[in-house]
Amino acid sequence: MTRNGPIALIFHSLVVLFMLAPLAIVCLVAFTPENTLSLPTRGLSLRWFEAVFRHPDFVQSFWNSLWLALLSATLAVVLAVPAALAITRWEFRGRGFLNALFLSPLIIPHLVLGVAMLRLFALVGATGSFGWLVAAHIVIVTPYVMRLLIAAITGFDRSVEQAAYSLGASEATVFRRVTLPMILPGVTGGWLIAFINSFDELTMSIFITSPSTVTLPVRMYMYATESIDPMMAAVSAIIVGITAVAVLLLDRVYGLDRILVGQH
Amino acid sequence: MSAAPARLPTPLILSAPAALLFGALILTPLVLTALLSFNEFEHATGRTHGFTVAHYASVLSDSYYLEIFLRTFRVAALATAICVVIGVPEAYILSRMRNPWRSVFLLVVLAPLLVSVVVRAFGWSMLLGPEGPVNAALMALGFGRMRLLYSEGTVIVALVHVMLPFMVIPVWTSLQKLDPAVEQAALSFGASRATAIVRVVAPQILPGILSGSLIVFGLSASAFAIPGLLGGRRLKMVATIVYDQYLSDLNWPMGAAVAVLLLAANLIVMLTYHRVVEGHYRRRLG
Amino acid sequence: MSFLELQDITKSYGTLNAVSDVTLSVEKGEFVSLLGPSGCGKTTTLQMIAGFVEPTSGTIRLDGRDITHAKANSRGLGIVFQSYALFPHMTVFDNVCFGLEMQRVPKGERRPRVEEALELVHLAAYAGRYPRELSGGQRQRVALARAIVIRPPVLLLDEPLSNLDAKLREAMQFELRDIQRKVGTTTVMVTHDQAEAFSISDRVVVMESGRITQIDQPYRIYEHPETEFISRFVGKTNLLPGTVQAVNDRAATVSLGGVPVEIDAGALVRGDTVTLCIRPEKLRLTGSGLGRLPGRVAERYFLGSQWLYHIDGPLGTLMAVTPNDGSAPLDTGEPVGLDWTPSVVRVHRGRLAEAPDPTLEAH
Ligand SMILES: Nc1ncnc2c1ncn2[C@@H]1O[C@H](COP(=O)(O)OP(=O)(O)OP(=O)(O)O)[C@@H](O)[C@H]1O
Ligand SMILES: [Mg+2]
Repeated sequence: MTRNGPIALIFHSLVVLFMLAPLAIVCLVAFTPENTLSLPTRGLSLRWFEAVFRHPDFVQSFWNSLWLALLSATLAVVLAVPAALAITRWEFRGRGFLNALFLSPLIIPHLVLGVAMLRLFALVGATGSFGWLVAAHIVIVTPYVMRLLIAAITGFDRSVEQAAYSLGASEATVFRRVTLPMILPGVTGGWLIAFINSFDELTMSIFITSPSTVTLPVRMYMYATESIDPMMAAVSAIIVGITAVAVLLLDRVYGLDRILVGQH
Repeated sequence: MSAAPARLPTPLILSAPAALLFGALILTPLVLTALLSFNEFEHATGRTHGFTVAHYASVLSDSYYLEIFLRTFRVAALATAICVVIGVPEAYILSRMRNPWRSVFLLVVLAPLLVSVVVRAFGWSMLLGPEGPVNAALMALGFGRMRLLYSEGTVIVALVHVMLPFMVIPVWTSLQKLDPAVEQAALSFGASRATAIVRVVAPQILPGILSGSLIVFGLSASAFAIPGLLGGRRLKMVATIVYDQYLSDLNWPMGAAVAVLLLAANLIVMLTYHRVVEGHYRRRLG
Repeated sequence: MSFLELQDITKSYGTLNAVSDVTLSVEKGEFVSLLGPSGCGKTTTLQMIAGFVEPTSGTIRLDGRDITHAKANSRGLGIVFQSYALFPHMTVFDNVCFGLEMQRVPKGERRPRVEEALELVHLAAYAGRYPRELSGGQRQRVALARAIVIRPPVLLLDEPLSNLDAKLREAMQFELRDIQRKVGTTTVMVTHDQAEAFSISDRVVVMESGRITQIDQPYRIYEHPETEFISRFVGKTNLLPGTVQAVNDRAATVSLGGVPVEIDAGALVRGDTVTLCIRPEKLRLTGSGLGRLPGRVAERYFLGSQWLYHIDGPLGTLMAVTPNDGSAPLDTGEPVGLDWTPSVVRVHRGRLAEAPDPTLEAH
């Protein structure tokens, strides 16, 4: 492997700076002691973090988002595992259609999904319902789980399952003792990426949340369009922190490059 | 192994829960929205009924909407072009790094993808704000304070930041598939490094660049948070007018018509890509 | 009645008959190999015995019981897969124990039985390891232990040694046979390596495009191949097309492109088109001017224990193999004589079809 030249390295440094600058600045500004958005030139302060935790709207939105992401990621996995098995293991009529349907939220703009769901929810009287919000999030995070699962299932040797059958295991036992443990990295990786995507989702949610179900990204968007004070930076820093933890976890259980490469 | 023919086949049972959910929450709402876009809208009462193509007619003829569509297209195209110019060389540089640097910087370049777009937009609004470090640097260099926010340029810069990983990923993937010996072979025939890249490397990663460009273009054209937060009230894009139609003007049929057009444009671009590019390159590059 | 019986087994995938009318009886304790080129239906046959593929028609009986449509997990057969198919998330011990658990063997009995099985494959010290921490040969032996620990009536092996390097493969062949003798399990092994089939089987079943062409002891298959395909597939051979010129009660004369060659008569009549097969090691190299045919050394190859010569002569180029007894080999260009005993010549009726290089096809 040949080395990168000096020009390449300068270019690379600029790209890295470009990618990290906006994240770095929110984290820095979050520690400002001032009342305005400014870099903490006169010492660090946690006052804006305290403000966030005392701000009932942000706290409630945080819990909303957390529950929403936990529920939708978990349910997406529960739905996606059997569906991915069906798509990878059987030839049947409608297989191609189902596969396309399950991956379609990746190519339908979330904005369009948002207005479409708003229309449906209005018609069935579900506007503002947390349950329907969860259902909507399941739909948009399922493709991520699906993709990892399909890769995991097609990637493993069927004869391992056959070996278990030949030793007398029932179908349920084979699934529990052999198939599931073997696709577990795909399942946990899928769960995490689904969690992150649900937790971050703004564009669809902004149409279908009600004051009591507002998620953190929606709350932040509203807040940012109305007022600017360092509290916004503090919330952002918290989110960067949570994401960083999730990223490290993901890297541990699945390998981040594996998960992202292939994510669209 | 052998299922009784009368019973519902196993794969259908397994995929039924997900299929029902997707039917209810993807297909039904999309159909409802398409229908809604043909409803008349009474401004006085807010009721929707009847059948009309007036919304489509006005979107396609009204200069206000045309300008917004044109701007959206222009911004998305520029963001895509810049992503190519930055993302492709960056992916190439990354692929030539050694571990652990390679993994570390791949993480640095890709991980921002997982940070909420609101946070990133907010970060840019601070960087480019009147008191932000960019303006401070400009002042120090003697250019004077500039009004950077609420301009197309700012929206494009932030879009590039959000979209760059989507360009790096497919290019990186096709670089991974590339046999390094091929480039070395070109060098061994006496090609210069530049020639080797242009003649040997570039053609092989072109499908990656194209697929990255499409994703970036599609996502940029329908981006909501970036223009919403950095474009201000004047700089409208397609996504923000849909939002306004739905949540401020409450003219849902109009908003639905714009949304349907946006979806149609997106699907056409994606499907064309699949037919043309994939078919062509599958054959040539296996 | 035999222990394992396949009767007119056919498997079609659409219009393709992967296996056609296979009938085979395996005796209790016997070691039988299915040998044939790639794609000839060996794996499919084995999978039908195992219960992973359902036959299109025909019956499979085990110990008199019809198991044609029995589920794979009710047959209780031991299977070793080509890829080993070890459970990657379980230790060696748990892998081997899995089958005992499934058979509800009482807890107290499991440990000694697993240990006994691991002992048999010389892996007692590796019980706590995971498959990824083992070498190829060790994994292979875990797979074997996992299959035999349940004391299956029949052991099925699908190319069990093909992922191993040559040296290890040879060692494992003998070990496999050794273990099979000790346990006494009826065994069916699939392989496309003839040396492997010959060295460890009681009987070899040769398959060609879905059909069985010969079932016999290894020695007889080598010495008396029933078709010209088998003589080409099994070992190296010289194939010589010719016509029967004269027949008397003891011998026949075959003209090979004008060169008359004497062979044992058989049931030939004058004018028959035949193909003669002579194994290279059956050709003796004699001094120039002696023997049945003259020739000249065109090429020579050193094979370690043997020399392989290509000899140009009136019949074209023939292969001859001589043992490396330490004396100096012949040089290229040297004139030689070729000799053989008429009884070693095998005769097949008809002309050979386009004959691809048999050595290529066998691998
Ligand atoms: N599931 C299937 N669907 C269609 N055709 C199949 C299927 N399984 C096997 N075949 C075909 O049946 C034929 C026999 O396959 P089989 O796997 O039994 O060959 P084999 O003798 O084991 O070959 P190898 O030595 O390469 O393993 C092949 O032509 C193969 O393509
Ligand atoms: Mg096979």
